[in-house]
Amino acid sequence: MPFKYFGKINYTPYTKVSKFADELHKGKLMGSKCKNCGEKTFPPRADCLKCLSGDFEFVKVKSTGTLVTFTTINSAPTGFEDMTPYTLGLVDLDGGGRLLSWFENTKFEDIKIGMKVKVIPRIFEEVEEIKLYYALEKA
Amino acid sequence: MKVGVVGVGHGKFGRRSDATVQELAFEAFRVALEDVNNLERKDIDAVIIGSSPEYHKQRSLPGVITEYIGMNDKPTWLTEAACASSSAALRSAYMAIKSGIHDTVLVLGVQKMTELNTAEIQSLMGRVGDVQWESIYGITFPGYYALYANKHMATHGTTSEQLAKVAVKSHHYGAQNPYALFQKEITIERALSSPMVAHPLRMFDCCANADGAVALLLTKDKLAKKYHDTPVWIEGLGSASAPISVLRRPDMTSIPSAVAAGKDAYKMARVKPKDIHVADVHDCFTIAEIIAYEDLGFCKPGKGGKFIEDKESYIGGKIPVNVDGGLKSKGHPVGATGASQTTEIVKQLRGDCGKRQVKGADVGLTHNVGGIGQYCFVHIYKR
Repeated sequence: MPFKYFGKINYTPYTKVSKFADELHKGKLMGSKCKNCGEKTFPPRADCLKCLSGDFEFVKVKSTGTLVTFTTINSAPTGFEDMTPYTLGLVDLDGGGRLLSWFENTKFEDIKIGMKVKVIPRIFEEVEEIKLYYALEKA
Repeated sequence: MKVGVVGVGHGKFGRRSDATVQELAFEAFRVALEDVNNLERKDIDAVIIGSSPEYHKQRSLPGVITEYIGMNDKPTWLTEAACASSSAALRSAYMAIKSGIHDTVLVLGVQKMTELNTAEIQSLMGRVGDVQWESIYGITFPGYYALYANKHMATHGTTSEQLAKVAVKSHHYGAQNPYALFQKEITIERALSSPMVAHPLRMFDCCANADGAVALLLTKDKLAKKYHDTPVWIEGLGSASAPISVLRRPDMTSIPSAVAAGKDAYKMARVKPKDIHVADVHDCFTIAEIIAYEDLGFCKPGKGGKFIEDKESYIGGKIPVNVDGGLKSKGHPVGATGASQTTEIVKQLRGDCGKRQVKGADVGLTHNVGGIGQYCFVHIYKR
């Protein structure tokens, strides 16, 4: 599964962490672990920030976390106009790492900084080409 | 050796469908040349362009501008640091003069943004964040600062009213600035009822995209008095970077590059925040100005909301901030903004600001943030 299938609009089809998309397609949320020093990172990265090694493997990360902050986008960029308004959350994952994603199946009034959320792998169903992403829901 | 600003030239900001990017640059350059004595084009040794090139149809900007303003065959190059591009250019000019390679340098901040529509600009600006993991979710530039705003509110109790008060102040001073895009006062009620852009930021919390150019002439101390009676000296320069990705920002209530750049600039200029008489800070959004008060030490962390509430950033308050109307009222042609801030501080220190003059201002500061804070440049000036 090439990385180009990750995201509603993908700007980076080629990356050393392309396998992330395969795993997401199987319903798994993967981060990276440095084979040299053991440093774990989410989002995954090919090159270790700590020891500079380029040798890494994918490891499953916890798909629950805490909402750091959020916003609702009313004025959207090109390609997202059909979705407005959408609420984005910044989430600290329980096992370390951070991600940005949008909320689904959650009322705006229920969204509070500090709340527990879960991260759910998703596939856009309504489009011809497969598009993978992960979404947030209230835990 | 000291380096001073001897000439400033501020072009008109706004939707400039009447001019190309090089024509905008020429306007500002002409004003800067009128601002100096005994300084002609032949006395300028290099041209540094500050701009974010991706907004323009024209590529290779330094080439086209340097030709159009008649500065061939002087050396020219581009500095790019998103919204801080011309502060990066000023830093380069300082280094060029200080090193002895050049005596007098032209900094030209220029940007033409309105050739693109709003959605295209939202897309382009949103992509100053991490495109691999963030832009794919349709985050926008206001969206990034909105993440900061909600976190600041939850952590420090900052309110939408306090954000609106920053906008009211900006428009109050913008109304007195002939270079501002919006020269109109607004009420707090109008700000609070304007359309939502990215919750909790409303239209009046956001600066407007604009076209425009600003030119600065810098030279060494030995030549400065020959060119202007009141040179304004660059006494402190601080610059730092921070993770571009909000996924790698430890704290979402402060811009770490601004804190670091501020510290370096204060140290070099041997001043403390309380010694600053007038400041121009990067208020791309109202929350950004509140965070700037805190990051620069004008008030304690978390007290930025109270600082505007108590009118401490008005003329007569502790430190007057953005009394030119800020990005909010002037408009934000990204590459020109840093040079516009420098122009305001130079004019304040010369005592040329009329009704908006901060009396007795001898020490000034500019704070120019690039992107969401991946770059920050703080400069301190004295007369």
